[in-house]
Formats: sequence, structure tokens, C-alpha cells
Amino acid sequence: MPDHLLEVRGLSVDFHTVRGTVHAVRDVSWHLDRGECLAILGESGSGKSVSASAIMNLIDCPPGQIVSGEILFDGKNLLKMNAEARRQLNGKRIAMIFQDPLSHLNPVYTIGFQIEEIMTAHDVPKDKARARCLELLQRVGIPDFENKIDAYPHQFSGGQRQRIMIAMALALKPDILIADEPTTALDVTVQAQILALLEELQQETGMGLLLITHDLGVVAEVADRVVVMNSGQIVETGSAAQVYRAPKHPYTKKLIGAIPGTGEMAAPLGTGIKPMMEINGLTKHFGGFVALEDASLTVLPGETVAIVGESGSGKSTLAKTLLRLEDATSGEALYHGRDLVKMTASELFELRREIQMVFQDPTQSLNPRMSVYDIVSEAFAIHPEILPKAKWKNRVCELLEQVGLEAGHMHRYPHQFSGGQRQRIAIARALALEPKLVVCDEAVSALDVSVQAQVIDLLNKLQQDMGLSYLFIAHDLPLVRDFAHRVVVMQSGRIVEQGPVAQIFDNPRMDYTRNLMAASLDPDPDVQAERRRARHQLQEEAV
Amino acid sequence: MALSEQTFVADAPPAWVSILRMLWRDKFAFCAAVFLLVVILCALFGPTLLEDIATKQNLRGRNAAPFDFSLHWTMWLGGDALGRPLFARIIVAARNTMFIATGAVICSMAIGTTLGLIAGYSSRMASQIIMRLADVIMSFPSLLLAVIVLYMLAPSVGNLIVVLAITRIPVYLRTSRAEVLEVRERMFVQAAQVMGASTNRIVFRHILPVVFPTLVTIATLDFAFVMLAESSLSFLGIGIQPPEITWGLMVSQGRPYLTTAWWLSFWPGLAIILTTLSLNLLSNWMRTALDPVQRWRLETPRQKNA
Repeated sequence: MPDHLLEVRGLSVDFHTVRGTVHAVRDVSWHLDRGECLAILGESGSGKSVSASAIMNLIDCPPGQIVSGEILFDGKNLLKMNAEARRQLNGKRIAMIFQDPLSHLNPVYTIGFQIEEIMTAHDVPKDKARARCLELLQRVGIPDFENKIDAYPHQFSGGQRQRIMIAMALALKPDILIADEPTTALDVTVQAQILALLEELQQETGMGLLLITHDLGVVAEVADRVVVMNSGQIVETGSAAQVYRAPKHPYTKKLIGAIPGTGEMAAPLGTGIKPMMEINGLTKHFGGFVALEDASLTVLPGETVAIVGESGSGKSTLAKTLLRLEDATSGEALYHGRDLVKMTASELFELRREIQMVFQDPTQSLNPRMSVYDIVSEAFAIHPEILPKAKWKNRVCELLEQVGLEAGHMHRYPHQFSGGQRQRIAIARALALEPKLVVCDEAVSALDVSVQAQVIDLLNKLQQDMGLSYLFIAHDLPLVRDFAHRVVVMQSGRIVEQGPVAQIFDNPRMDYTRNLMAASLDPDPDVQAERRRARHQLQEEAV
Repeated sequence: MALSEQTFVADAPPAWVSILRMLWRDKFAFCAAVFLLVVILCALFGPTLLEDIATKQNLRGRNAAPFDFSLHWTMWLGGDALGRPLFARIIVAARNTMFIATGAVICSMAIGTTLGLIAGYSSRMASQIIMRLADVIMSFPSLLLAVIVLYMLAPSVGNLIVVLAITRIPVYLRTSRAEVLEVRERMFVQAAQVMGASTNRIVFRHILPVVFPTLVTIATLDFAFVMLAESSLSFLGIGIQPPEITWGLMVSQGRPYLTTAWWLSFWPGLAIILTTLSLNLLSNWMRTALDPVQRWRLETPRQKNA
């Protein structure tokens, strides 16, 4: 009898690229037992997904090459099997779910067909497959599953799609389920539900769950053991509580130190300061759809106001309306007493200097065909009154250094930078106009935890040096807790609660806010266990 | 800080040096560029130097076979149905051919792209009008359109360019509009809007550079199409008329003799193929050279794969 259900021993994978060989993982070993949940934790580029891809035979060779090591499943080395034997295992005994269920479900087939296909591909008769499919959809909690079995992927919400992916993975009762960032694309409340579902299913079937994630909160919620990876190597292994309480490796310490949500909460700014921005009854309809309804809030100079809520709650619509990327249906937004919503194009042009925006994904918000110098100096080209052309170069250097980049970077292009550096470029671009208010739309959500912390530090520093105000749109509550002075909670287009950060976090008044708080994941396994109890309680009260 | 500026921010070498260097790195594109340069030189100086030889009939040399090196060097590629040397005629014909094809392609690309940008970025109304206009042009057989226009106007090089350009406009229009609709929703365009960039700036600085490589690729493919379309117009008697010559006209003049004297059509046909092939290779190179993400392929020395 083999020792473990699945064991990876000394696995090394290289990728041969034009620019040289990349050692994606080096000498990685871990194991997974029946009924256990192992989490592989790491930031982007740490190689955390590579070993899972090797198990599923998903590494493209070439350019990839498995240099050494073995993967033992039930005592048999997967790497020595032929493709057909591995196909028999994939899906049937080892199943996988992915980060983005929309791109992994085929849009032209019904979900019923796609779930059945897994079974028919492994020689289950058609009628049995259908019955099992219904059973699965019911089990993963798809409402009205008898009719929905013939619906197409776009007719489901993100959380439901992930449930469908799980149903698909579980169709043949696999021994191992590999979940690659299963909840990263989902809202916190949905994330909590999906993780709970995974845990229940694991207890029911006794399968081994391999969870690949960058989120310590997810680890605390479900994992028994955790493997921490950094640049292709395992730096630490241990139980979830052990790794969190007593990290041994400096990298793990750094990772845990970077987690937001542990610092002091900011005190609200003093009263009697004249607000720079007053929004009254701002409303935006798209046809019959109400995206934003009667939103009212104020921003003081030098203040950070966070807007939190689930996707579709109208956070981004609020930002876009303020920047006039969308025209408001009604309401007013007074900036130093002047109504933004009714401004003419030329008045607005002057105001653009004062209100700037940093977008969610720096990869998309920077023009890939422009050099960093062109991107940052475009601000001066649009607003020539800021600076004469002769001084552009010096100013760009200054700005780049201010956001923690080097002046020598300015002739490079965005693709030559990492995600965090790109976001710094985007911040430098916003600062070039010398704004008073910066709207950050999920500005750090796409970044790794440690990079996130650096960017937040930068934003804090800039606020102190230049007295900036931020309108900080986010879904990550711990981050908001550390960063914001005041918090605005939104739900389906309406503001449900707003107040100083301490009041919202310590003493939320509305059920929705309380649910949101309970759903957010804490990296501390004990705290998380506590939260889970609180969440169950809330659910029972609701029933 | 002043120090770091001087050490780090060294200016790149002049643009034309780095362009030549990148061209040299892609040997195919380099050959293509050289070939096109030769064609352009032929078009510029060919008619002045070889006009007389190219039009001189020599009935003893009717359909003379190529590679007869005992003859005058202009006859080495053979003679045509009237004994005129093919080599000289191809060189002389380069001017008309290149002039018509380049003119038609550039006109249709410029007009089509401009209309496409307007249709894609301005109001719905303008977009509707422009698109229906394009539909009208597309639904009209291009040859019929050419016949009508050239019947009303005299068949001349200028009019030929106008007709060919009109029939090709919808291709660029539709492509650029479709791409603009996609690119305008990208985040960096929104970022430019937030900074207060004018419509002109957004269209020409942010959208056009993304769309441009696609349009250039279409243009090079269109080059061959225009050359052949011009020859069929000439065949109908409404295009270029003898004694003026173009490569397309030479191909169609040689068609009756295909079974007995293949070289009449073959050599001008080869000239058309080589020109379009060169253009394609060069546009392919240009696409890589213009894209900062791809450019490293032309900048770093190639590694030998073990």
C-alpha cells in the first residue's frame, strides 16, 4: 500500500524561452492524503500552479520540460504513463477546477451537456449521466436545477458558474480535486459559500483537496496543511495554524506581515473642515436598469473615503459618473461648490487636472505602444499650461522617483514591468496633473499581497506629502480597514451605510454590512473559525 | 538626482540607425526592401532610359524565346508578340503599374481609414450614414462601377486610380471601424479621457497606432488585387491603353499565347508576385518593429537553439 494518495517527489520543471531557460519549479516535494486539504500558497510567478499542471499533464512540452522528479498517484508514477492512461485518470480520478469559470465553460453548449460530457467521455451511459447530472446540480446548490440543466453558461452568475464547474469536477467522484484559485474572481460572500461547499463535499466524499491560492484567508478557512512557495521553491510546510502563528522562513514572515487588516484604524478627520466634494442624490440608469440610485456622500480634503460592496453594487458606476465617463441621470456632484454633472466640456477640461483616476488593471490602463515617458508626459501634452516642454523630462524623472521607480525606466514600455511597477506608472501618470482627488477603482486588487502593501504605503505617503484625497473603491475589507478614514457600503446601486472606519468595522448597523464582514476571510485560522460560527449564526437567524 | 539623469537617461541612437539595424536582423525583410528599392528606381528612371528600346518593334524577334544569350541583352527574357524586348518593357511598365497601384491603395486606405475612424468613434448617426454608403459601394459590382465611371470620364491614369480606390474603400472602412469599436472600450482610452485628452488625440495617438498594423497588412494584400483589377479594366478597353503598358496589361496581352509562348505572361506575372511578396514581408517586419512588445525579436541577437 502506498504511503500517500498523491505524492510529488523532487519535481523540477523548466521552460525554455527565447530569453533563456526559466526554472519554474525546482525540487518540489509534497503529498496529499485522502480526506485532507492541502493548500499551496504563493504569489504570482512563484510556480504554485506548475506542479498541479504537471499532475494533470497540462504542461506544454516544449517549451516546458519536466527535468526530474516523480508524481506518484496510488503508488504509480504518472510521469511514466502514456497519454491514454493519463487521460483515463484525468477527470475520473483527478479533477480540476479553475479560476475563471466563464472562460472554462464552453459558451455554445448547455451546462447539462458539458457536465454529461465528462461522464460520457469516460464511458458512462447517456441516461445515467443525465440522472447523475441532475443530482450534482442539486447538490452544488443550483436553484431550479431541473430547468437550468438546459441553460447556457452566460445565464448564470459568477458564483453559480463556479458551482457548475465543481459539479463537473465531481461528476465521476474523483479521489482528488485540484482547485486553482477557485474563488479569486468572486465576491467575498460568494467566496465564503463556495469554500463552504467545497469543504462539505470533501467531508462527504473523502476526497483529497489540493487548493492553489495566494490568499491567506482562504488557507485559514479550509486548509489543513499548507505549502508556501516562493520563486519555484518550497520555503515552508506545516499545518495552517502553525505556519500562521510561527512562520520560520523570512519569506513567510514577510508574507504574513504584509497582510492588511491588522494595523490601527485611522481616526476620522476633525469636524468643521469644508468638504471638497459633495455628492447629492446622484443617480444613473442604463435603460430600465438602475445602476446607481440616490447616492450622497462627501469627501474632505486629505481624506480617504472607501467604497465597498459586491460586484454590481454600483461602486464603479459612481466613479465613472464622477469622472464623467458616464453621464448621470440626475443628482449633483459639487466639487468646491461647482456642479461636475452639469459642466460644459471646457469647464470639465480644467477640472480634469484636479480629479484623476487610477484603474484596476495597469496592464490594460497603460497604452502598450507608448513608452513610460510618453505615458507620463502625455499629461503635459494635454495640459500644456502645467509645464514647458523643455522641463518635461526632468519632471517625468522626478515623478518616477516619487513613486519608487528609476529615472532610467522612462524609455521602457509597460510590458517590461511587473504588475506592481505598472501600477506605480499609472499612479505617476495621475500625479503628473497635480490632482487634489484621486479615484482608485480597485487599484490594488490585481496585485499580490506584498506588492499591494507597497502600493498602499506609497498612496499613504503621497497623501501625507501632498494632501491628496482618495476615493478608494475596493472589495477587500481588511485593506479598507487599514487605509480608509471613512467607509461607504453599497448594495445594488444604493448606499446602505456610511461612517468612520472604526464604526463600520466594530459596530456595523445594517445586516448587509454585517454579512459582508462575516464573509471576509481572516488569515488567522482561529479568528476564521470564530467567524465561521458567526456566519452560521447569521444564516440560521435569517432562516 | 542630476547625476542619475545623466547616467541613466542616455538618448537612444537616431531613429534611422535603429530602423536599419532592425531591418538587417530580418534577412527576408531586408531582401524585400532591396527588391522594392530596385522596382522604385525602375519606375523612376526606366521610361527615360529604355522607352525607345521598349517600343521598337522587331518582327523577326516575334515571341523570341528567353535565355537566348546571342541576342541583345534586353531580349534575354524573350520578346513579345511584336518582337519588343520583354525585359525593357517590364522595366518601363514599372512606372505605370506602381503609380496606379500605389495611388489606388494609398487613396483607398487613407479615405477608408478616415471614414472608419469617424464611423467608429463619432456619433451613431454619422456611423450609420458612412456604413450604408459602404454597403452601397460593396453591393455594386466593382467592374460595373468602373465601366460607368470610366465611360463618363476619359480613361486615364488619374481616373483609373480614382475608380480602383473607390471600389476598395469599404475594405479599410469596415476593418478600421470594427477595430476602433473594440479599442475605444479599452482601459487606456478611458485613462486618456480622464486626463482630458481631446478626441483628436485619443483617435490619432491611442487608437490609430493599434489599428494601423492590421490596415497595412490588408493594404499589401490589396496591392496585388489592384494590379490585376487594373489589367482586367485594360482588357475591357477602359483602362490603360497601348502603347502605354502596365504589368497587368502585359499579362493579359500574353494570355492568347500561353500555350506557345509562356514567357509573355510569365515574366510580368513574376514581377507582380515578387513585388507583392516583398511588400508582404516588409509589412510583416513593420508590424513587429512597430510593436514594442514584439520588437525585442529584432533587437536581440538570435540564440542558437541547442
